[in-house]
Amino acid sequence: MNIKTPKRRKRSLVSAPVKAGQCVLRLFVAGASVRSRQAVMRVRELCAAELRANCRLEVIDIYQQPQLARDNQIVATPTLIKEYPRPVRRYIGNLLNTSGLFADLPAPLKPNRVN
Amino acid sequence: MSPTLKSQNPKPVAPPGRLPKCPTGIQGLDEITDGGLPRGRPTLVCGGAGCGKTLLGAEFLVRGATQFNEPGVLMAFEETEAELKANVASLGFDLAGLVRQKKMLIDYVHIERSEVQESGEYDLEGLFVRLNHAIDSIGARRVVLDTLEALFAGLPNEAILRSELRRLFRWLKDKGVTAVITAERGREQLTRHGLEEYVSDCVILLDHRLNDQIATRHLRIVKYRGALHGTNEFPFLIGDKGISVLPITSLALNHQVSNERIATGIPRLDAMLGGKGFFRGSSILLTGTPGTGKTIISCNFAKAACLRGERVLFFSFEESPNQIIRNMHSIGLRLEPCVKRDLLRFHSARPSLYGLEMHLATMFKEIAEFQPDVVIVDPITSLVEAGTDSECKGMVTRLIDYLKAGQVTTLFTSLTQGGHALQQSEMAMSSLMDSWLLLQDFEGNGERNRVVYVLKARGMAHSNQVREFLISDRGIDVVDAYIGPSGVLTGSARAAQEALEKAGLLTGQQEADRRKRELERKRIAIDRQISGLRSDYETEALELRRIDEQVGTSTLMLNSERAASGRLRQADAKVAGGLRHRARLARIN
Repeated sequence: MNIKTPKRRKRSLVSAPVKAGQCVLRLFVAGASVRSRQAVMRVRELCAAELRANCRLEVIDIYQQPQLARDNQIVATPTLIKEYPRPVRRYIGNLLNTSGLFADLPAPLKPNRVN
Repeated sequence: MSPTLKSQNPKPVAPPGRLPKCPTGIQGLDEITDGGLPRGRPTLVCGGAGCGKTLLGAEFLVRGATQFNEPGVLMAFEETEAELKANVASLGFDLAGLVRQKKMLIDYVHIERSEVQESGEYDLEGLFVRLNHAIDSIGARRVVLDTLEALFAGLPNEAILRSELRRLFRWLKDKGVTAVITAERGREQLTRHGLEEYVSDCVILLDHRLNDQIATRHLRIVKYRGALHGTNEFPFLIGDKGISVLPITSLALNHQVSNERIATGIPRLDAMLGGKGFFRGSSILLTGTPGTGKTIISCNFAKAACLRGERVLFFSFEESPNQIIRNMHSIGLRLEPCVKRDLLRFHSARPSLYGLEMHLATMFKEIAEFQPDVVIVDPITSLVEAGTDSECKGMVTRLIDYLKAGQVTTLFTSLTQGGHALQQSEMAMSSLMDSWLLLQDFEGNGERNRVVYVLKARGMAHSNQVREFLISDRGIDVVDAYIGPSGVLTGSARAAQEALEKAGLLTGQQEADRRKRELERKRIAIDRQISGLRSDYETEALELRRIDEQVGTSTLMLNSERAASGRLRQADAKVAGGLRHRARLARIN
């Protein structure tokens, strides 16, 4: 599990090679609000539950990087964008109502679990 | 760069006590809103599909950026930046250029419900951040949100959305930007999702209505808190220079007038109009039944103006320019030189081509481009087909006011249908006209003849006579109609009457000549008689003189004889001296 600092640009993430089976998540939050913190915690929780270590999560504060909000078509916060594995999916909200981020994926595409 | 809200505004500050306004730059809209939209507040523009909401928003931003030096942000929820640029390019707006110059920023917000999964509590801070960033990055003073209601389709939780929208409008006010929010027209309320409950300062309703197969756009200001505004429904149109709202009521009757008179091109007609023709800048109506020569008079008027070096714009709703030019050849009127010298321009369009407002806008545009001194509309009645009577009258009013403001002389022809009263002009336009010429057919003797008279001519002495109006291959001639005991005669009847009179005159003259001759003869006869009598008299007088002489001679002789015999009887001379005297007395007695 690898949570990047909010200061890191999106490009660094995209340019980094995505390893097969790796999961790439980006979480856009607006400042350090309760909701933001809830979302970060929840994403970590879900990742831990479903993916264990094979996950890259980038948390972006749109107050710090408003341009990224535009580039990524962010309207609601918090928004989680699941870049990999495909298809790209967006989750809006603090993720408290979601049981899993990867439940909709068929079994072969699921990231390898490390038991 | 932070948005400087109060400074660097080139527009004059509104007088105290008045709501500060933000001029839109949209033709006509600033007039009916008395200066523009409320500055620093959101305005709701609602209307059905295709009534020009996005365009109004885009023009508001473009005009702001180009005319008032107020950069603007367009947040589009329905069209992408590229689409928007292409769409408004047809109106001559260079969005791409403005974006390059950082006078405008377009942010396309894409929300697709199927791509989004709701997973808990959220807010729209993302939207706020984007908007804030956009505003700050170019120092925007104007914002357009087009169409915010897309959020309702894109986001599932309406409760969150509503509270966030309320926050958004509050935020926009706090930010001090003048915002235009577009929304789809709802069935029972102004907007489909009731946005009007959040935007309470100014609400503009756009409408695209079909009336007798002709669609006209209308604009109405439903609400404008804290300001006077026109409450009527104003027609507006989207031309190739953007939106123009056409307020009738904002036009005042205070145009300049000219004392200059301009000739009609027909000398006798000028004579009927106080000898000098029409006033410059007046409006002239020419009514007539079909085929009475309305177009011909118009063309003569046009030609006369061109010969004075004036510019003439001819709107023809019945004939094509080439047809008019060809037809005028038949009366010896050549219009091509005027067209070639660019003094005469034709604009031909079928009345049913588009709605009345579009016609009016096209005419305004042509007039503004060509800057004519004389405008001819042939015939104005055709435009009734393109709208209702009241609309048409409104349009003519606006056209006349517009032209009078520019001191442009206007000639309208109007077709009266046969069987109608001639004075009836369909649009009750007569009150708008300064001069009114009536052309009429007189039927009789198996022929139709044209007559013309001046029904009214404000501000000039004009003839009350009916004149016959002749069209020949040498042009137009106005002649006196024969008015006599048998009524007004025209055409061949007039010619026959004239011939009859001529014959009568000739006979009279011959009679007089004959009498004169007779009298002369009589005089000569009398003269001859007189000289005869005189010679008679002279003969007699001569005779008398001769007799007198004879008598005198004989008396003398008698006396001398007596004396001689007395001498012979000398004896009793002494005695007889006294007796002789007595005897002589006795002889004499």
